[in-house]
Amino acid sequence: MAAGRKGRGRPRAVPRPEGPARPAGRLEDEDMPAPDDALLLKMLHSMKLTRALEYRIERKLYRQGKIVGGVYVGRGQEAISVGAAVHIRRGEGEDRDDIVSPSHRDMAVFLMQGVPPERILAQYMGRSTGLTRGRDGNMHMGDLRHRLVAFISHLGDSIPVAAGCALTFVMRGTDQVSFCFFGEGATSRGDWHEGLNFAAVRRLPVVFICNNNQYAYSTHVTRQMRVEHVSDRAAGYGIPGETADGNDLLAVYDRVGRAVRRARRGDGPSLLEFVTFRMTGHSAHDDAGYVPKSEFEEWGRKDPIERLQSALLRRGLVDRPALAGMEARIEADLDEAVAWAERQPYPEPEECLDGVYHEGGPGAGDRPQGESTAWR
Amino acid sequence: MALTTYVEAIRQGIWEEMERDRRVFILGEDVGIYGGAFKVTEGMLEKFGEDRVIDTPISESAIVGAAIGAALLGMRPIAEMQFIDFISCAFDQITNFAAKNRYRWGAGVPMVIRGPSGGGVHGGPYHSQNPEMYFVHTPGLKVVAPATAYDAKGLIKAAIRDEDPVIYLEHKYLYRRIKEELPKEDYVVPIGVAAVRREGRDLAILTYGAMLYQALEAAEVLAKEEGVETEVVDLRSLLPLDKDAILKAAKKTGKVLVVHEDTRTGGIAGEIAAIINEEVFEYLDGPVLRVTAPDTPVPYSPPLEEFFLPNKEKILKAARQLAAY
Repeated sequence: MAAGRKGRGRPRAVPRPEGPARPAGRLEDEDMPAPDDALLLKMLHSMKLTRALEYRIERKLYRQGKIVGGVYVGRGQEAISVGAAVHIRRGEGEDRDDIVSPSHRDMAVFLMQGVPPERILAQYMGRSTGLTRGRDGNMHMGDLRHRLVAFISHLGDSIPVAAGCALTFVMRGTDQVSFCFFGEGATSRGDWHEGLNFAAVRRLPVVFICNNNQYAYSTHVTRQMRVEHVSDRAAGYGIPGETADGNDLLAVYDRVGRAVRRARRGDGPSLLEFVTFRMTGHSAHDDAGYVPKSEFEEWGRKDPIERLQSALLRRGLVDRPALAGMEARIEADLDEAVAWAERQPYPEPEECLDGVYHEGGPGAGDRPQGESTAWR
Repeated sequence: MALTTYVEAIRQGIWEEMERDRRVFILGEDVGIYGGAFKVTEGMLEKFGEDRVIDTPISESAIVGAAIGAALLGMRPIAEMQFIDFISCAFDQITNFAAKNRYRWGAGVPMVIRGPSGGGVHGGPYHSQNPEMYFVHTPGLKVVAPATAYDAKGLIKAAIRDEDPVIYLEHKYLYRRIKEELPKEDYVVPIGVAAVRREGRDLAILTYGAMLYQALEAAEVLAKEEGVETEVVDLRSLLPLDKDAILKAAKKTGKVLVVHEDTRTGGIAGEIAAIINEEVFEYLDGPVLRVTAPDTPVPYSPPLEEFFLPNKEKILKAARQLAAY
């Protein structure tokens, strides 16, 4: 096929990109300050809000038949979503804000990115004011105005996509970071490995955050992988990998903070594994009969919210009445949010047909026209 | 004036779009230093640099997934599949992420996935496939298959500028066999619009890609030898289909033959026959017939591949049968 190419000559060699020869760098070399008191309280609030909202969805609205589809919660894993998402840079503009690809058990990430609880409820109830206008359910939603990329059921798919977001940051020469969340089950998918390798080869600013909750539906992590830690897989890609206690908010905050600093500086991706436990079934319909009761009991004693709360009480940062007040305000806000969501209309049946293709204007969660003008 | 080959037309189209829009970039296997297995991206690395001409690992899912991520953030990626056969490795990213993204949450992913398709070059089962129908069956995607150098350039430009993901199938048999004079000025060929390549009143052949030339040769024979005037329609886009052009040809001639190199069952011919049946049945003077590849993988050995591929003779046989109605 190349017969017509005589005389054009070979392309000249280009310098090889810096690759595996460069040391991967160590997370422990980063200088990472502890969160201040205000931030600690904010994170406690986010964890409590998340748990309360998921409780309403899973234990009330679902059982009342007000949620027609699947319910997947992150009870017991809140410290990971919160301790990581607090590092996402937001509200500073198109060329400053980070981007995030949450998993289906990361409701806290949505809340912290500015999605109000009532929109999440409307999404769960299939109403027209849900983030997907009734096209998808549960946490399968996104909104670029909140810098949220929607998760899809096919686990691991968001890993290459998150890498592509980071690739864009590199091309534009910004210091933005792509946050990518997934569970340990997703690390068995080919897309996960292709995405990690691609990000590693091109030294992309991605922080890969694994919530290892030990069960993928009913399959225990020991049936999922032969290595002891998800983070062991980082070695295969020449990037830093670390495992920490996922029920310790401060540990999550610290590790993600370090990985973000590395990424922002241009030193490439990191793989962080946070060990936790799924304190529910796979979804609301699953009673998790395959999980030994002793495991629930053991991990119940390690509850991340209780743990942070006790620490803050010991330090005198909050007292019992203040905590009760915080909880009461959350419940009152959620009462209003549920009432609002229940008043929302369902989509019109014919809306089924619209929005498959571009129809002239930006869609519900589409990026606003004219954004990033330098690139138009 | 110099003639431009089909492959050069694709290269020119990408080159010009990369010059006019810095959001456009290309990623794929061996697209950089090597200039692409078929030299579609030759010289681009030197011209546009490593950030915009990206040699990737052999990871089609990552190539397409990364293109999706970049498109979400406002870039205009072109993902090259070294051979379009390998697009199967990225099937999930294309059909579940790229295709459904706008519908689910309103975030479009303007991107092009392109690669050499088709047989006739003894490429065997994994370098000859026509994967169009996997994607034609996926709402949210667009699928185009140019047959001329003019269209190759105009459609790649339209695909790059489109707001939705476009699968761009370039027929490798045509790469260096087809050449024509191209306009100097910028132009696009709109997606979803067919072209009448030959006028005729007795019979219509609807086709696309490399089969266009077999159909034109057959039409020539039919005119010369039996006075049958055949209309030849080049579909150019398979999703969306140019329904108006299909119905117009059916109404005009009353006899439609659909020809494609793709295999028979589930090929676009069946869909076209259904559209014609539903909408203009009363205009028909005969059944809608198909000339397609048989339902087998694409074989390697010359006699086998020749048997597999539709050609002028097979088209003539079916056209004569149809003309007799």
